[in-house]
Amino acid sequence: MIVAPGNMDETIEQFAPLDPELFDMLAKSRMIIICGPGGVGKTTSAAALGVVAARHFPKRVLVLTVDPARRLATALGLGTIGNAEVPVELAGAKGSLDIAMIDTKASWDDMVRRHAPDGVTRDRVLGNDLYKTLTSRFVHSHDYVVTERLYDARESGVYDLVVVDTPPSRSALSVLDAPRRMEQFFSSRLLKLLTAPTQSRLLSLASRPFFIVADRILGAAFLSDIAEFFTLFRTMEGPVVSRARRVGALLSDPATSYVVVTSPEPVAMQEAGYLVEELRRRGHRLDAVVTNRLVPSRLATGAAERAEALIEGNPLHDVERASRDAADAPLTTATRRALAAAEREIANIANQHAAALAEIRRWGARVLMSESRGGDITDVTSLLALGEALRT
Amino acid sequence: MARLAAGEGKRVLACEMDDKGSLAAYLGRDDLTFSPVEVSPNLYAMAMNTEDSLREYIRLFLRVPVLGSLTPLARIFDFVANAAPAVKEILAVGKLCYEVRERHYDIVIVDSEASGHFVAQVSAPDALATLVRIGIVADQTKWMSNLLHDPEVSTVLAVVTPEEMPVVETIELRDRLATATPIDFAGVLVNRMPAALVDAELLATVAPTSGHLATSVQVGEWLSERRSNAELHARRLADALELGNVETIAEAPAGTHSPERITDHLVGEMRRILDEHA
Repeated sequence: MIVAPGNMDETIEQFAPLDPELFDMLAKSRMIIICGPGGVGKTTSAAALGVVAARHFPKRVLVLTVDPARRLATALGLGTIGNAEVPVELAGAKGSLDIAMIDTKASWDDMVRRHAPDGVTRDRVLGNDLYKTLTSRFVHSHDYVVTERLYDARESGVYDLVVVDTPPSRSALSVLDAPRRMEQFFSSRLLKLLTAPTQSRLLSLASRPFFIVADRILGAAFLSDIAEFFTLFRTMEGPVVSRARRVGALLSDPATSYVVVTSPEPVAMQEAGYLVEELRRRGHRLDAVVTNRLVPSRLATGAAERAEALIEGNPLHDVERASRDAADAPLTTATRRALAAAEREIANIANQHAAALAEIRRWGARVLMSESRGGDITDVTSLLALGEALRT
Repeated sequence: MARLAAGEGKRVLACEMDDKGSLAAYLGRDDLTFSPVEVSPNLYAMAMNTEDSLREYIRLFLRVPVLGSLTPLARIFDFVANAAPAVKEILAVGKLCYEVRERHYDIVIVDSEASGHFVAQVSAPDALATLVRIGIVADQTKWMSNLLHDPEVSTVLAVVTPEEMPVVETIELRDRLATATPIDFAGVLVNRMPAALVDAELLATVAPTSGHLATSVQVGEWLSERRSNAELHARRLADALELGNVETIAEAPAGTHSPERITDHLVGEMRRILDEHA
C-alpha cells in the first residue's frame, strides 16, 4: 500500500481542541489535587483530566486515587487496581497514563521498610499487633500515607503530572493536614513521656492526672502495648519527620494546583464552597472549579418558549411555527402535552443551574463546566470525551 | 426519616456524623451542637464531636472531677486521638450506643460518614475488642458490639442515587460490612429517581422533523434516557443485593432550592412508600 506523505495526518486520530484555560492548567501543573463532595463525579473528573493530559501532552501521567471505595477502577474499565501503578491503554496519545490506588496497609509497610534503622526494628514494627490493626482498619491511618505516596510519585521522576483524587468532602482536608500532624505528633511531649523508659514512665503515671485518666480509659496493658509500639516507631522519627516536612512543602508548592469538583445541587455546592474556603485558608492555590452534570445548553436554550408553543390555545402560541411543525409531523394532544412538560422540566433545571453557576463564579476561580451526557462513563473513550468537553 | 418518625409520635434523635452541617439545614437550623436540641416536637438533633464525646464520657463513667480548664482535656484528647487506634471511632459510635442503651429516645437515626469510612466506624468496637482485652475500653466495647449486632436493635439502611458509581459502591459497602461486622443490613433506598415525564414509545411516534419540534423531541429523549438509565441502575442494585425490588424516592422538582422544602418532599415520598405497604 502506498501512502502519500501528505496523507500521513489521516493516520493520526484527530484531537478535539481543548478549552484554552484547561490546556493552560494541564500544561503548567505538575500535580493536581482533586477535592469535592461525594456523588458529584469527583473520581470520574480526576480520571478524565488524567486521560486528557496523557492524550494531549507528551507527559507521563499518573492518576492516584485515595478513595477507600474503588471507583476509579470501574471508571477506567479495569477490574481491580492495587498499590502498584498499572498502565492504561490510550490509543493515539502523545503521552502515557498510569493509574494506582493507595493500599493503606501496603503503603505503611513500605514506609516502615524504608525508614526502619535496622532489620530487627523493622520486623518488630511489622509484626506488632497494634501496628497491624492500626494500618489495616482505621480510617485516619490512611491520611498520612496518602501524602507519602503522592510525594513518592512526584519525587521519583517517573511522572510529569500526578493527578490525585482525594476522599470525599472534609476527609480531603485531613489528608492535606496529615504531614503537619505527623510532625507535631513526633514532637509532642506526650509521646516522649509515653515512650520514656518504663521506670520513669511509671513515675509519670503515678504523678500525672493525665495518665491516670488515660490508664483508666484504655487499661494499663493496652497503654503499655501502645508504648511499645511507639517506642519502636520513634526510632524512625528522623527520616519520617524530615519527609513529612518535604511532603508538606510539596502540598503548598506553586506547581501543585487544586481543583474542586461540584455539581449544581445546593447541598453539593454548600460543601464545595466550604472546601474552596478551607483550601484558600491553608494557602493552597485553587486552580479551577469543575462543575459537573449541567443540563446541555443546546437543549436548555429556548426551552420555556418551546413549551409555550407546544400548548394549544395558549395566547403565546406561535401559530405560524406550530402549523409548519404540524405539517412535518401531526402531533396528538398527548404527545404535545408530554413534550411541553419535558420542555418545562428542562427550563426549570436550566434556571437552577444558571443560578448555581453564578454563585460558583463568585468563588473567584476559573470554572470548567461539564454537561451531563447520556450513558455512563465506563471506559477510557468516554472519559476522554468527558474531559475534552470541559469548557470555561 | 427522622421527621417522619417524629410525626408518627416517636421520640427521635438524629445525628450527623461528618460535621458537614447539612442535617442542620435540612431540619431548618443554622447549626447543631453535640448537645441535642429539640428542632421540632419530639425531634432532637445533634452533630457528632469526638472531643465533646470524650468529655461526656469522662464525666459519666470515670467520675474524674471536671478537669479544671480545657487545656488538659484537649491534651488528653490529642494523645488519645492520635496515638490510640479506633478511639475517635469508638467515641463517636459509643455516644450513639449509649443513647440507645439508656433508652433516651425511641429511635436514633444516624447520618453516617461516606461509605468507605462508615465500615471502619461501625466495626470499631469489634476491632478494638481484639486489641484491648482488659480495662474500661474493653468492657465498653462488649456492650456496644452487643447492641450493634442485635438485629432487633440496630440496622443499616443504604441510600443511593440511581447512577453507576454509587450503585457499585453500595454493593461493595454491603460486602465489606458483611466481612467486617455482623450488623444487620436492612436494604437500600434509591433517592432522586428522575420523574417519568415522557414515554420513549410516545417519542418514537413523532415523525422525523426539524426546527423547534426536533429540539423538543431531543429534550424528551434526554429526559427519557435519564429516567431509563436510572431505572436500569436501580434494577442492577436490586439484583445484586437480591432484593426483589428497591424502594425509590422521586427527585424533588427542579428549582426546589430550600433544604427544608427538600425535606418536605422526602417526607411525602416516604409516606407514599409506607402507604403502599400498608
